[in-house]
Amino acid sequence: MSYTSARFLPFGDNALLVEIGDKITSEINRKVIALNEAIINVHIKGVEELVPTYRSLLIRYNPLETTHEQIISRILEIEKILEDMPTETKARKIVIPVIYGGTYGPDLNYVAKTHGLTEEQVVKLHSERVYRVYMIGFVAGFPYLGEVPDEIATPRLATPRLKVHTGSVGIAEKQTGIYPCEAPGGWQIIGRTPVKLFNHLWQPPALLKPGDMVKFQPITEAEFRKIEELVQNEAYIPRFEDT
Amino acid sequence: MKVLQTLKTGFFTTVQDLGRYGYLKYGVPISGAMDTFSLVAANLLVANNPSDACLEITIIGPEFQALTDTQIAVTGGCISLNINGQSVPMWQTLNIREGDIISFGKMKSGCRSYLSIRGGINVPVVLGSRSTYTRGKFGGIDGRQLKSGDVIEAFDVSTVDIRYRMPENLIPQFESSFNVRVILGPQADMFTDLGVKTFLENPYKITVESDRMGYRLEGPPVEHKGKADIVSDALLPGAIQVPRDGKPIVIMRDAQTTGGYPKIAVAITPDMDRLGQAKPNDTVRFEEITLKEAHERFLEYQKRLFNLSEKLIKMS
Repeated sequence: MSYTSARFLPFGDNALLVEIGDKITSEINRKVIALNEAIINVHIKGVEELVPTYRSLLIRYNPLETTHEQIISRILEIEKILEDMPTETKARKIVIPVIYGGTYGPDLNYVAKTHGLTEEQVVKLHSERVYRVYMIGFVAGFPYLGEVPDEIATPRLATPRLKVHTGSVGIAEKQTGIYPCEAPGGWQIIGRTPVKLFNHLWQPPALLKPGDMVKFQPITEAEFRKIEELVQNEAYIPRFEDT
Repeated sequence: MKVLQTLKTGFFTTVQDLGRYGYLKYGVPISGAMDTFSLVAANLLVANNPSDACLEITIIGPEFQALTDTQIAVTGGCISLNINGQSVPMWQTLNIREGDIISFGKMKSGCRSYLSIRGGINVPVVLGSRSTYTRGKFGGIDGRQLKSGDVIEAFDVSTVDIRYRMPENLIPQFESSFNVRVILGPQADMFTDLGVKTFLENPYKITVESDRMGYRLEGPPVEHKGKADIVSDALLPGAIQVPRDGKPIVIMRDAQTTGGYPKIAVAITPDMDRLGQAKPNDTVRFEEITLKEAHERFLEYQKRLFNLSEKLIKMS
């Protein structure tokens, strides 16, 4: 659960960690994102960068311009204001088309078998839910999404793959995620999206940000090819919906 | 302006500047020179901006032919340096003539040397930096390490008449055992008192599993109180995480931006340059200091960098 009050932990000489809780819950993550937004809005002198994660916010600061204590006192003020505000600001919802199974999702069959389900049932369960982007990490643009229904939550592979294909959609326990580029990885790969999640030439470089909502939409191979071509020609426009 | 033609690549040579800040939340690491002081010094010795891009040379040096008259300087890890087969000193401005061959011998101490070129290396700025991030395949020269045949370009500026050298007493020495000051936390409370004591009172060896992402250390295992996993949170260079096996891992500049192991301590900024020069089989001892002390050291370090240009000695 979230702590009764945030913990402020030193992170070396130029950062501090505001820990809201020690679990993966949307309640804790909402508080992290709300604090992140609030600090961006009020602008705290000497604060150089914010990194929201599942359950904490890293604040990188310039020790020549501010101190650990000064930042903490500003955050305590902000927290008081946040208490009186609705916790959830309006989130973006992004639809991510996915082709499930076959060579695109080599572990779909394993996930289904593990839970005594058919592949179709796994696809339905995975694509029905709207997921929260808890954080971006691991490799540039990789969204940690949660949480998948218990019926399809599956441990990581015993031996990670040396190469996971770009666009692969995976499950690890109750998390689901998308590989923005080819990388080694141990997640159970159930499908693939043709949508590009990261491009160093974009500003910002990642399609998703913490606090966004994501819905997967099952597509056919023909649809996959069509979107893939649009993406390659930089003519694909991701579908955003209001939540 | 085309300045150097690459004849040999060396072990691992990349373009680096001071780093890429502001994109950690998108999973983009800071990258940049592993030894900031040496990068800044290399730039100042050829009258560049301290933040200009240089070549970071690792363990085995590359070889170049000059395509124009220019000026260069080499700093950082102690490496033998030759122009047309003639040994020349590091840590000073060197005048280069078109056609000259610049070659390197062995790294005698330290791990990374910096080669600056008058004007600064001209590669596209990606997300605010020219630094190479090889894992993400962007920055520097097409997001990769140097390869044979690459032509290094620099901004076209006039050469300067004045040559500089670094005063002897300001040239860092890289002994094979060294100390790094740390601030305990953010998750030091996940280790037993004995675990923290073990970490602070024993030397740790840098293993061969060490690169720009991080260093795996070998030494007495650091004991956790209970579980050795946390809900993943943010990482920064200097963070020292300890997985279940008790062997610390030091996070460096190209590391992933989040991680799920508890962090016992974080190295202070002024000691990151020395860490950046660590090579396999070196030994490191960690020394705890308070946040207040660390901020005094931080101020001294920033002053040292800021005042460096005034300390350089003009050569006739």
